[in-house]
Amino acid sequence: MSRPVRFNIHPTESKIAESISMTEAPEGYSGEGFFSARLSDVVGLARKNSLWPLPFATSCCGIEFMATMASHYDLGRFGAERVGFSPRQCDLLMVMGTISKKMGPVVRQVYLQMAEPRWVIAMGACASSGGIFDTYSVLQGIDQVIPVDVYIPGCPPRPEAVLDGFMKIQDLVGQESIRRRNSEQYKALMNSYGIE
Amino acid sequence: MALTQEHIQLRLSEKFGDLVSNFHSPYGMLSFEAVKDQNLKVLQFLYDEADLNFQFLTDITAVNYPDQPGRELAVVYHLHNLKDNVRIRLTVYTDILSPDIFTASKLFSSANWMERETYDFFGINFVGHDNLKRILNVDEMDYFPLRKEYPLEDQTRIDKDDQMFGRG
Repeated sequence: MSRPVRFNIHPTESKIAESISMTEAPEGYSGEGFFSARLSDVVGLARKNSLWPLPFATSCCGIEFMATMASHYDLGRFGAERVGFSPRQCDLLMVMGTISKKMGPVVRQVYLQMAEPRWVIAMGACASSGGIFDTYSVLQGIDQVIPVDVYIPGCPPRPEAVLDGFMKIQDLVGQESIRRRNSEQYKALMNSYGIE
Repeated sequence: MALTQEHIQLRLSEKFGDLVSNFHSPYGMLSFEAVKDQNLKVLQFLYDEADLNFQFLTDITAVNYPDQPGRELAVVYHLHNLKDNVRIRLTVYTDILSPDIFTASKLFSSANWMERETYDFFGINFVGHDNLKRILNVDEMDYFPLRKEYPLEDQTRIDKDDQMFGRG
């Protein structure tokens, strides 16, 4: 007996307004025909809701990230629909998986090719600390070669954890001063990694 | 007539006498040992003789036996006779202080990368190799990681103790 097939012959019209999510307007002063707010808030709002991730996936965490990108978990809801594979255009480097010592310079090169402002997520135990691979060939955490903003624990982390880490990045991005890269603290951090 | 292990052993003993020894067959694979500086002669003999015909080099690797003074490093050749589908294993032992072995890369081109790998991990110096440098590890590495001289884990680390892995 063949499998019964049901057709959706009475589809309900989808309401576009219901499927669009709006963000809160930044704090500011509004009057008739004008609205004033801090520039960094507006820029932060724009940045945090349109992050372009660069997936640097080397192992099983990358598979978990694919699930996060796919329709069920849908990272696109957070404005990160556009996954780029060019470091020049992306602003969020997501390092997912074991990074061997030989791969270290490659991660660093990709990071250096990204334009400011740029953020980094280390996803999973291996990218964060080397994980179970306490051995001669594996980098014990990518923070030995590049600065990391958010670490996502797990081996591998579930998509919910990836989304949580992504929202942490969004908080950072939204609250950051637009002059972050000019600050002494930031320069000192970059210098500690030998980056100009 | 199929190629038997007894025949291979007989032919080798006839030709090399005491220079080959310790014939045994763990898991049915004929294994034997040769004197260090005879490795190329044995490989060439196994390659050239029409009835032996071991013309395919499956693998070269090494083993470190730290508790055998003077025979710390063993270089292992796996050979395959594709016609009769017979495999044999040749082992050559060397001192860890002078790990010099003649290269097989002139006889088998495939030995080139295998010897580079063996050099990379065990520091075997293959004399006569064209390009003996690291192949898998980072170039800056200044030790041979698969020698049994190093603790498996860094004992001083506290960020990876048992508690972090839920087995404390």
